[in-house]
Amino acid sequence: MFIQLLANGLVTGSVIALAAAGVSIVYGILRLVNFAYGDYMTFGAFIAVYFNVTLELPIVTAAILAMLATALLSVALELVLWKPVRARNAGFMSLFLVSIGLALVLRHVIYLVAGPQPRTYTVDPYKVYVIGSARLSGAQGIAIVVAGIGILLLGVLIAKTGVGRMMRALADDLPLAAVSGVRTGRVILAAWIVSGLLAGLAGVLAGLVQTSFNPQLGFTLLLPIFAAVVLGGIGSVYGALVGGLALGLAMELSTWPELGGGVNPTYKPVVAFAALIVVLLLRPQGLFGKARVV
Amino acid sequence: MSTIASFGFWSFVGIVAGIYTLFALGVQVQFGFAGLLNFGQVAFMGIGAYTMAILVVKEDVNMWLAAGYGIVLAMLAALLLGLPTLRLRADYFAITTIAFSEILRYVATNEDRLTGGSQGTINLAGIGKASQYDAAWQSFLDKVARNLHVSSDAAMLILVWTVALLAVAMVSLMMRTPWGRVLKSIREDEDAAASLGKNVFLYKLQALAIGAALGAVAGVFYAWQFSFFSPDDFAPLITFFAWMIVILGGLGRAWTVPVGALVFGVIFAGTRFFDFPPFSLLDSTERAYVRLILIGLVIIGLMLFRPQGIFGSRKEMVLE
Repeated sequence: MFIQLLANGLVTGSVIALAAAGVSIVYGILRLVNFAYGDYMTFGAFIAVYFNVTLELPIVTAAILAMLATALLSVALELVLWKPVRARNAGFMSLFLVSIGLALVLRHVIYLVAGPQPRTYTVDPYKVYVIGSARLSGAQGIAIVVAGIGILLLGVLIAKTGVGRMMRALADDLPLAAVSGVRTGRVILAAWIVSGLLAGLAGVLAGLVQTSFNPQLGFTLLLPIFAAVVLGGIGSVYGALVGGLALGLAMELSTWPELGGGVNPTYKPVVAFAALIVVLLLRPQGLFGKARVV
Repeated sequence: MSTIASFGFWSFVGIVAGIYTLFALGVQVQFGFAGLLNFGQVAFMGIGAYTMAILVVKEDVNMWLAAGYGIVLAMLAALLLGLPTLRLRADYFAITTIAFSEILRYVATNEDRLTGGSQGTINLAGIGKASQYDAAWQSFLDKVARNLHVSSDAAMLILVWTVALLAVAMVSLMMRTPWGRVLKSIREDEDAAASLGKNVFLYKLQALAIGAALGAVAGVFYAWQFSFFSPDDFAPLITFFAWMIVILGGLGRAWTVPVGALVFGVIFAGTRFFDFPPFSLLDSTERAYVRLILIGLVIIGLMLFRPQGIFGSRKEMVLE
């Protein structure tokens, strides 16, 4: 039972972690809490529906195409929306509210185009991976492997590559990075690309794990994702990854019967929020956040 | 064309706008005056509505008293929320307040025995017994309607707007007192206010609680107007509507809230009349999507072209 919950927690947690990292990368550089991120994910999930269900491509191919499409959307929105908004000296609040407006627009355009009916990816439903005493469905198996690869690649990108270094430099001090000759415009675009790729990936994986989903998919996950971002410390990519995994595990393990009977599974999101509030009370800047006086 | 000309429909728009005025006025106090990013305002609406309904159905409490308990409970919840979280940085506070409202919504969905669960208030008295919490209110409303010689829709419209405008006037007056000036000074520069010996934390807590009380009043009226509600009526989207109203009308002024609420009501309801091409090709659900797309575009457009709102003043407050 415990091992099974641990496995489920890793699956949920890695999806949240990927998305939280995507939110955090952009927040770190632009101080933008992107409330539309859940709907970027939904966009990715529905692009994959088109490739996987309508065109009958394998799910991994569909996922890669969906990631590319979401990255494209992400870049397009930076160019037509975010850059002009920033050019007007919009602050934290304006950006946040614009993202709320964008979330409404994106979600309901998806509703309008794709319809509200539940969707399911074509994966073999009878395939089961047995690891020790845990049983993972085919979809869960794919999700955990792909998410693991995604997290590793992201870690390498941020820590080892030139783009990753520049992103960290911008997140640390944007004007200073600009003065030192970093082409900030390009790094911002790169951040949006990575963020979009992650949104697409997390969206498809969330759709896989939930087996059936509608255009609310990303939005219903948004608050646990934000919780993970805040838990890790806003703007810290590693923090978001750790925060996401921790929340996923906390949500699943809280239902373990040995743990005082376990929490009713419908309360899993509440566990995530409660964990967030407790951590903030103890460490107001999040687990990996820098203490700042702002 | 029959709906667009009917009084019943427009009085409905008016009632909803009045309820949203009260609801959004709470956000105006918290954000427009005190600078608090409360994104969980809908929780206080839910606390007001549920407390009233539960006490009336289960404990047979008088409806005015029950409504009063709802408002007090919402204020207590605001204190409980504010005590640990008001010390957080603004962005962390914003996300914690959304989390707070979602926790309450999940609790209301799952604690069937207390709230009727996801089926809503119809289930309040237990399964198989369809329960009503607004019998006393309906008879009160009929009495008002008879005495004023108007329909019950019109009576509701008058009652809601009387309370809403009284609340607007009260908030306006409060902002002219020394207390209101301290609140605005905290919004502008917290450290400066603190250096003058003002207890910043206490002022913020009070603003949060007053906003919560206004949210609860809106919740009680919401419950009375619709005679039924469920946890889904208190989703985070409703909080964003309040924010849109406050920003639409203009920040930092009380009287702009009813204006924003009316404009919002017309955008929200008016799009039902888009029965010319290309909109006539869409069915009613699809038109609902178009409506939310429009609301999203209005929010984005406002932020781009008029961040101080229609009647806001750049001198008073510019959205950071």
